[in-house]
Amino acid sequence: MTEIFGRFDFDVIARWIVPGERVLDLGCGDGSLLKFLKAERDIRGYGVDNDPDNVLAAIKNGINVLQFDLEKGLAGVDDDAFDHVIMSLSLQTVRHTVPLVQEMLRVGHEAVVSFPNFGHRSHREAIAQGRMPVSEALPYQWFNSPNVRFFTIADFESLCADNGIVVREGLFFDEGRAVTQDPNLNADVALYRLGRKALRS
Amino acid sequence: MNSVGVVTPQRVAFDAPITLRGGATLPGFELVYETYGELNAEGSNAVLVCHALSGSHHVAGTYANEPNSVGWWDNLVGPGKPLDTNRFFVVGVNNLGGCYGSTGPMSLNPATGKPYGADFPVVTVEDWVAVQAQLADRLGIDCWAAVLGGSVGGMQALEWTLQYPDRVRHALVIASTPKLTAQNIAFNEVARQAILTDPDFHGGHFYERGVLPVRGLRLARMVGHITYLSDFQMGERFGRGLKNEKLSYGYDTDFQIESYLRYQGDKFTTYFDANTYLITTKALDYFDPACGYGGDLQAALARAKASFFVASFSTDWRFTPERSREIVYALMHNGRDVSYAEIDCSSGHDSFLLDDAHYHAVVGAYFDRIET
Repeated sequence: MTEIFGRFDFDVIARWIVPGERVLDLGCGDGSLLKFLKAERDIRGYGVDNDPDNVLAAIKNGINVLQFDLEKGLAGVDDDAFDHVIMSLSLQTVRHTVPLVQEMLRVGHEAVVSFPNFGHRSHREAIAQGRMPVSEALPYQWFNSPNVRFFTIADFESLCADNGIVVREGLFFDEGRAVTQDPNLNADVALYRLGRKALRS
Repeated sequence: MNSVGVVTPQRVAFDAPITLRGGATLPGFELVYETYGELNAEGSNAVLVCHALSGSHHVAGTYANEPNSVGWWDNLVGPGKPLDTNRFFVVGVNNLGGCYGSTGPMSLNPATGKPYGADFPVVTVEDWVAVQAQLADRLGIDCWAAVLGGSVGGMQALEWTLQYPDRVRHALVIASTPKLTAQNIAFNEVARQAILTDPDFHGGHFYERGVLPVRGLRLARMVGHITYLSDFQMGERFGRGLKNEKLSYGYDTDFQIESYLRYQGDKFTTYFDANTYLITTKALDYFDPACGYGGDLQAALARAKASFFVASFSTDWRFTPERSREIVYALMHNGRDVSYAEIDCSSGHDSFLLDDAHYHAVVGAYFDRIET
């Protein structure tokens, strides 16, 4: 889905990646983020996607792509196998949100997630007028959307708090421009770095 | 579709004795093979295609004046095809112990002057690969650009990366498995018992008696064939369709599926050797690269250096997608380059031989990535 948004989130994600890292990209689409990170950060890694056309596109893009169903988890992947596990604009397409984020933090030291903010002003206005929002961030009609979970920045942060998921950094954007004031109202996309709660000694 | 055209098999003899994994020694052996395309000056564009149970060195093209003799993977291998012979030099070889011209049970045993028959030793996937490496030496191929195979052919591709990690850059492991399950072995054992208990088998020395264990081999093929197809596909193709209008209330073929299996079994006995069938099923049963590592596939694959393409088929219940994922996860653990496609195809295990458009697109896209 990343192509819809251009590449501004790629730059943000690249800044969070140390050169040479091991990276897993869930919902990798055609693999363009991994291709970008290979070029910019010399990462080693794999993309995961369950869509046959995306798998084909990612192979053409020279990416290691694995056709797995994320709803079934990542049980075969070792703990701490990756430095970063990324889910760029795909979290809203997965039904089992909490188990998946926990899986990301099991197989990776840090998770990076981005998602469209359902609480954005334009979405609220659409709902207020009695219609489901359709926007650059949510470019689908209600009947053909691949998205199965609709949530706001505030919803996501409370989910993290309730499940011991540590928010290390959050960045917010509106049509690619950084948002600092009231992101739950003003941002159409949020990006987070997430970590595990440190074990008590 | 473009074809490699008329092809001619070649034969090469190896005079040095070879000791097999089971301990037996052969005084020498011959291999038949075919090649398509041109080996480049650097020798860097060679691809080995490993065959499955009933396959052979005749991968692509046809023989002169035999228009029906199309190679078993002709839909995949040829000019402009997913494995493009305009770019790659492709080699197909009949495995040791085979019945298509390489040294096997039908060959004369120099010690007795008679066919080996049951005296031909059981060979393993490891032995096949060791012998293929001798062929590579002879052809001047230091390192394969890729080794490709489906089913037990995929086991050979995987084994290449373990036995000769520096001699293969890419392995394409399709519809395969890191080891057989108890159920897989059980089906093989039924097939073997069908052959071994055929009165015409004569302990494997049936050639000299001028008979063939037709009934046993036929039964072996029938039971094997069931495992190659999916329940869905059998239902679609045959359902409960009848051969004739009325039920016989006897043991003639009532249902089309019975007729189909009998036909497949009969056809098989006209060209395949019972001893080779026994050997090949044993090679399948024995294959287990993790065996020497306490069952730890991750540890077993640690020495592989190749990049991998692994593919499975959604309706393959012989070697399920789960078996392929085991290979993928073990490769990920070792940080190897690997791509994995799970092809949605209704035809069960035999899907790997079909020309499904998406399957071929994915394989072709992977081959396009391989530098020559």
